[in-house]
Amino acid sequence: MTAEAIPVLKVENLSKSYNSFQAVKSVSFELYPGEILGLLGPNGAGKTTIIHMLLSLTSPTSGEIRIFGLNPEKPRQREKILSRMNFSSTYVALPYSLTLRESLMVFARLYGVKKVKEKINSLIEQFDLKDIANRLIRTLSSGQMTKLNLAKAFINDPEILLLDEPTASLDPDIADRTRSYLKEVKRTKQIAILYTSHNMQEMEEISDRLLFLHHGEIIARGTPDEVISRFKGEDLKDVFLKIAREVKL
Amino acid sequence: MKLHRIRALFLRHIYLYRHSLTRMIEIFYWPLLDLLVWGFVSLYISRLSAEGKSSPNFLGIFLGALILWDILFRSQQGISVSFLEEVWARNFLNLFVSPLTIGEYLVSLMLVAVFKVVVVFLISALLAWLLYSFNLFIIGIYLLPFMFNLIILGWAIGILTTALILRFGQQAEVLAWGIAFLFQPISAVFYPLSVLPKFLQKLAMFIPASYVFEGMRAIIFGRRFSLNLLLSAFSLNVIYLSLALFFFFRMFRAVRAKGLLAKMGE
Repeated sequence: MTAEAIPVLKVENLSKSYNSFQAVKSVSFELYPGEILGLLGPNGAGKTTIIHMLLSLTSPTSGEIRIFGLNPEKPRQREKILSRMNFSSTYVALPYSLTLRESLMVFARLYGVKKVKEKINSLIEQFDLKDIANRLIRTLSSGQMTKLNLAKAFINDPEILLLDEPTASLDPDIADRTRSYLKEVKRTKQIAILYTSHNMQEMEEISDRLLFLHHGEIIARGTPDEVISRFKGEDLKDVFLKIAREVKL
Repeated sequence: MKLHRIRALFLRHIYLYRHSLTRMIEIFYWPLLDLLVWGFVSLYISRLSAEGKSSPNFLGIFLGALILWDILFRSQQGISVSFLEEVWARNFLNLFVSPLTIGEYLVSLMLVAVFKVVVVFLISALLAWLLYSFNLFIIGIYLLPFMFNLIILGWAIGILTTALILRFGQQAEVLAWGIAFLFQPISAVFYPLSVLPKFLQKLAMFIPASYVFEGMRAIIFGRRFSLNLLLSAFSLNVIYLSLALFFFFRMFRAVRAKGLLAKMGE
């Protein structure tokens, strides 16, 4: 990252409380174009809450989010922001009674994609979905579903992509191909990607920088090597286990 | 057959009721509503025969009422069930992480509701004509404003239901199937308002559908179209739709703050 690079996403002192429980505590970070920022931490660390706040699904209790310099809490700005970013999660599906092509058509319209048919055809080609394009979504395997979810996430050529455990249900081969694809689009299209996964090997491989969350706070940040050496771990998995088991570090 | 396995499944269903007030209420809800509606229908018919009046056009009254009632029901379902479809498909989050606004979402559901109403109405009217030689269009051009009022009321109830499901989650799903029927006994769908006890008649004054069905019956009985009835229904509908929209927007803001919006979609 060059010193002059302008972040596409900037979070300052972001907090979220549910009654007396503080899910996210004064978190600050930035995301730059052409970077994959890995967000990791044990279950309940606050990763999903942060992603939901970035997507305007949950309102922050305090702090600021600026995406492309705009404030997602303001309805007009929210629309502008969300038209330039996208999201994919293993835990979110697509309408199961629609065919793959119909589903992409719906999302292309939602995002106001121009030349809809060309865009859908190119995504179908790109994600190797041609043979199943007219199949009902409910009949797809989890690998095919993940590819479709990713195709949907690229429907509006996003500048920011939030990916919540995108490879969780994939076999190692498809997971590896997915990571390769993401690394390539990051490089060629300068997409900024915020990535969560419980697969530490994957996080080590794919992330340019990491944010390690624990009990709603960022307890470590840096490149995977920096985080590993800071916690004197053998690898990221080792670091994760130490933190999750709350060994005094 | 093993008794312990039967017992296990029996318990599985009883536990559901223990944790869900809506399920408990549902046990009594439908029988009570049936009793009310069919009780008043019986009262109406027995009053007519006791008064020795000539038999009215029952076919028109019941079939017409049934088809018009379905407009209200389909309109409500067009909103609340379409919303539930997204929740069941776990697609809800995908919609709300797109630039879609709440206003756009609601308008699209309203249009789905109108589409469903038109299709169901045309098929029902055709079947009523083919099977029973009943022509619903005898109501004439006034059918349209009556229908429109029922659609608006269906929208209002659908939006209210959706807001409650958003707030209370799947426990409130049962409302999507049953809430419209709560208004049926006092909407005087199958009988005139005069059949209802006085206190229910007063309550019916606040239900737009009661004016619609009174108006429809008046035309079927050969009386004049009442603009007053139509305007009363429309005024109430505008108030209820505005309140339902206000409630939905408030609820949406609240569930967003509580983090429930995201939970709804996963």
